[in-house]
This record gives sequence, structure tokens and C-alpha cells, in this order.
Amino acid sequence: MTVVTDSTTAAAQRTRRRRKPLATRAYKVFRVVALILVVLFLLAPLFWMLLASLKTNVDIYDTGKALLFSPTFENYANVLQRNNYFVFIFNSFWVAFVSTALSIVLGVPAAYAMSRFTMHRSALVVLMARVIPGVSLLVPWYYVFSNLRMVGKFEVLILSHMFVALPLIVYIMMSYFDSLPLELEESAEVDGLTPIGAFRRITLPLSVAGIATAGILSFIFSWNNFMFALVLSGSKTKTLPVAIFDFVSYASIDWGGLMAAATVVTIPIMIIALFTQKYIVSGLTAGATKG
Amino acid sequence: MSVLNPPRSTGTRRPSGPVGAGGHFSAWANRHRKWLFAAPAMIFVGVLIVFPLAWTVYLSLTDSQGSVRAATDFIGLQNYITVLSDTERFWPAVGRTLAFTGVALAFEVVLGMCVALLLWRPFRGEKWVRVAILLPLVATPVAVGMMWRLIFDPNIGFANQLLGMVGIPPQPWLSGQDTALGTTIFMDVWQWTPMVVLILLAGLTSLSDEPDEAARVDGANAFQRFFFITLPLMMPTVIVAILLRGIDALKTFDILYATKGKGGGSFHEVETLNVYAYGLSFDYNQYGLSSAVLILFFMIIIGTMWLLTMRKKAVGK
Repeated sequence: MTVVTDSTTAAAQRTRRRRKPLATRAYKVFRVVALILVVLFLLAPLFWMLLASLKTNVDIYDTGKALLFSPTFENYANVLQRNNYFVFIFNSFWVAFVSTALSIVLGVPAAYAMSRFTMHRSALVVLMARVIPGVSLLVPWYYVFSNLRMVGKFEVLILSHMFVALPLIVYIMMSYFDSLPLELEESAEVDGLTPIGAFRRITLPLSVAGIATAGILSFIFSWNNFMFALVLSGSKTKTLPVAIFDFVSYASIDWGGLMAAATVVTIPIMIIALFTQKYIVSGLTAGATKG
Repeated sequence: MSVLNPPRSTGTRRPSGPVGAGGHFSAWANRHRKWLFAAPAMIFVGVLIVFPLAWTVYLSLTDSQGSVRAATDFIGLQNYITVLSDTERFWPAVGRTLAFTGVALAFEVVLGMCVALLLWRPFRGEKWVRVAILLPLVATPVAVGMMWRLIFDPNIGFANQLLGMVGIPPQPWLSGQDTALGTTIFMDVWQWTPMVVLILLAGLTSLSDEPDEAARVDGANAFQRFFFITLPLMMPTVIVAILLRGIDALKTFDILYATKGKGGGSFHEVETLNVYAYGLSFDYNQYGLSSAVLILFFMIIIGTMWLLTMRKKAVGK
């Protein structure tokens, strides 16, 4: 916990205390306890996964060694080297990166037009992609792409992940453009820029934060996507979630290795999330408060 | 307005292109920018949706069994009759889908509202709580599934160790006929309550303080102020949270497949419509039947969404 007190926070708490001393103090204690429980509930499972990834399988089966054991990086060495996880990390990164970039190129202008000209019906077409169950699209896609002999190619994976990313980007950017004042753009047009020129030179530079939000979120969703890659990836284009799933065999489970693999897929995305916190939060809550 | 611009100005902005042609194209582009901007995304999504959906409808009217038998016969509504009269797999799957979504959503919204209220006013260490809230949200669902699989393992899992400490006998969790669905709901609640918290917190922060202050002056206690002031004002945001989360909960696949697939036992205890349709398609090649299930599933989703949007409009008024 941090000891540094924000001055505004302290001020806010002071006013509350002055108003209702007893209730506030009781509530404060209750709140601290409740929040500690919430944090424990959210972090304990992840901590447990991390611990197990540092144990030998013998230690995992020994319930007496739940917390006290001698940590080993053997599982990580095993996963990364013997199971070629560096390839899968690259695949995941490449698919998520390209599908996000292409979705931004397609999605940002679309969101702009839909926001500026209030094309709600057109927006609905794109947002339908969020509603339709992925399986119903996978069957025809799989049929077409396997006839084209393209299943297992990066292009197909990227295409399917764009399908996840694009509606997300359109949704986030639409609410971003809705909140952007149009006056700047209009005055630019009065000053002689064409509408497209105003979009390129005024609106786009002003939307960098929004595009970052949309991009980060779409990268995360693509990185985590499992179902499309499960069917459409090949042995060379397998992404991390599919690789982890393949790690499980029918007979017995190498728990230490499995937890190391699970940690390997989660760590990069968590690091990205920690550094881009405020973007993620604003992306996830985009459009939520307008009702 | 764009037509009135002198072509020279377009020429200076695109010096590489031929001035005259660029001017014409640019003028045309500016006039039609609405569709020029929107069309590529719409065509992309449209092609990837409309054609497959049409195909799914067609397949649902045939006895297609994929690669096993290439030639398919048109059998009309037979698949729908088969599916709708299937009380062994289909109807239980419908029940589980709705139960999973309903129970998970109820927990997520109630817990999410409690946590959002805890986080509403500034406090020390706020940043750390926010990090804790974000981590489950971004964690890869398949990895999360694997994580819970270890924790809920009947023999070595932490869940049963914890129960042992307070003297409760070990539970089968994911492998039990009665406990499996509840356990997966618990996982969903762990991963997605944070999302509801974030949405509701955004709603709370954008509320004006005045009604609350006025009620306080009038002597209303905290509970009265929440139920009669804050909650009614928050209803539109709550509905948005339910709508966003509900759509995804209905379609849950990753966690169910990761925890129950490959050595995790049969799917039957947690077989939702999504898992059922996936299995029919990709494990048994029953494309015709699976398509009929998917069309019905799609209708359930649209119906649910329509009901919720109606409710949202009613609340908004």
C-alpha cells in the first residue's frame, strides 16, 4: 500500500469527517476490510498459478508444501525451449498486431463517418459482429478457407481476428468522436481545408488518445482470442492460447508446465495493461455513461 | 462546400499526384466521404457476416455432414424438428445457457455495484485496487481456465485444501454433475465482475452530487439515498452493463472449453448452446444439425437483446 497521501483525497476525507464523524469512521474501517477482501479474491488465484509454475510436480502434489517450497524455473525452461513457445509468442503477437493495425485503418474513418453523420443503422451492421455467436461464422469460414487451402495461414487468422477487433474499434471510436467538438474542424473548413483534409489534419491528431485506447483493447482481445485460432490456425501459425490448450493431454497433466505456459501467455498482456491502465479503463467504459 | 475549393489547394497537398486528376478525385472523395469512410469497414464485416449467415441458414435446411458425406440433400425443416424435440441435449443446453447467463449476470451486477460503491469516493491506495481490478479482465481466458482447473482439482486443488481447513469435506467441483455449472459460473464472476465495476464506476463518477446532497440535508440515511436516489439515476448505466456483459455471457466458450476439454471430463454438465454447436460442427461434422442449433441460438440472443433494449428505453424515459 502506498503511504503517500494525495492532498485532494485528504481534503475530501476531512470534509466528510467533519460532517458525520462516527458513521464515517465506521464506514472507513468497513471499506478498508471490504476492499482488502476484494483484492485478495481477485489476485489470489493468479498468485496461485504463479506459485504452481515455480514448483516441481512433486511439490504440487504435496499439499503440505502449498506455500513453502524451493522455487525452480525448470517449468519455464521446459515450456519455452522444448515446446517452442517463442514461436507461439511471435505468432500471437504478429496476429494481434496486424489485425489491430488493419482494423484501425478500416475502423477509425468508419467510426468518424458514423459518428458525424449519425449513421446508426450502418453502425448496427458493424456492431452485429459483437452479437453473433462465433461458431455460426466459423463453419462457413472453415469450409471456404479449407477449399481455398488457406486454413493455417496467417492471412486467415488475421482476418478472423480483425472480425473481433473491428467492431470494438468502431464502437470505441464512435463514442470518442461523439465527444469531440466539431467546431475546430468546421473552422478549418472555413479556412480552406477540404472536409477530408480537416479530418486528416485536425481530427486525426486530436484522436490519438482514442485510437490508442481502441488499439490497446483490440490487441488484448486478439491476444486472448481462442475459438477462431483453435479452428483456423495450423501447426506453424498456432497462437499462444491454442498452444496452452494443446499442452493438456488426455492421460495426465504436467501441472507445473501447464501453469508456466499459462503464466507465459498472461504476463505480457498484463504488463501492457499495467502501463496503459487509463486507456483500457476508458475503452471498456466507452459509451457506457451516455445511457 | 468542398466543390467551391480551388483545385490548386488540393494540388499543393498532394504534390506527387497529377494535379488535375487529384483535384477531381479529391472533390469527388470529399463529396462522398460519408460512404467512402464507412463502406470499407461495412463491406468487410458484411462479407464476413452476411454470407456465412446465409450459408448457415441454408445448411440448417440440409442434412450436411461435412467431409464425411459431401453430397447434401435439402430436407426442409427436419433439422429444426429434430433439434426442438431433442430433450436430451438441446433443451438442457438452452437451460444451462440461460442459467449460466442469468446467475452469472445477477452476481456480477450486484457484486459489481457493491465494489463500485466502495471505490466511488477517493481513498488511499486507490491505484492498487484499480490494478487488482484490471488484472482478471485482461488475463487470457484459456490460461484462466487452466488456472481454475488446478485450483478446483479434487485431489490437489487449493479449493479443497481451503475447505479442509474449515472442516468441510472435499467437493468434486468441475467433475461433479451438480457442481460443475456453478463452478464455471464462479469463474465467470471472477473474471468479469471487474468489467461491471468499471462501467458502473464510470456511471457513478458522472452522476451529479446535488440530488444526493439534497437528500442528505433532508435527513435521508445512506441506504435510503442509495435506493431512492443513486440507484434510479444509475439504472441506464446498469442496463448498459447488463447488455454488454449479457451478450458475452450467452456466448461463453473459452473458459468452458478450456476447463472441460481434453481430459477435463465430458462437457455434458456445462454444455451450453455454444459448446454444443461447436461440438456438433467440429467434433462430429453434423453441420446441418449444428446450423439449426446456431440459428435458434442466434434468435435467443437477438430476443434477449431486444427485450433489454426495450427495458433500457423504458428506463431512459
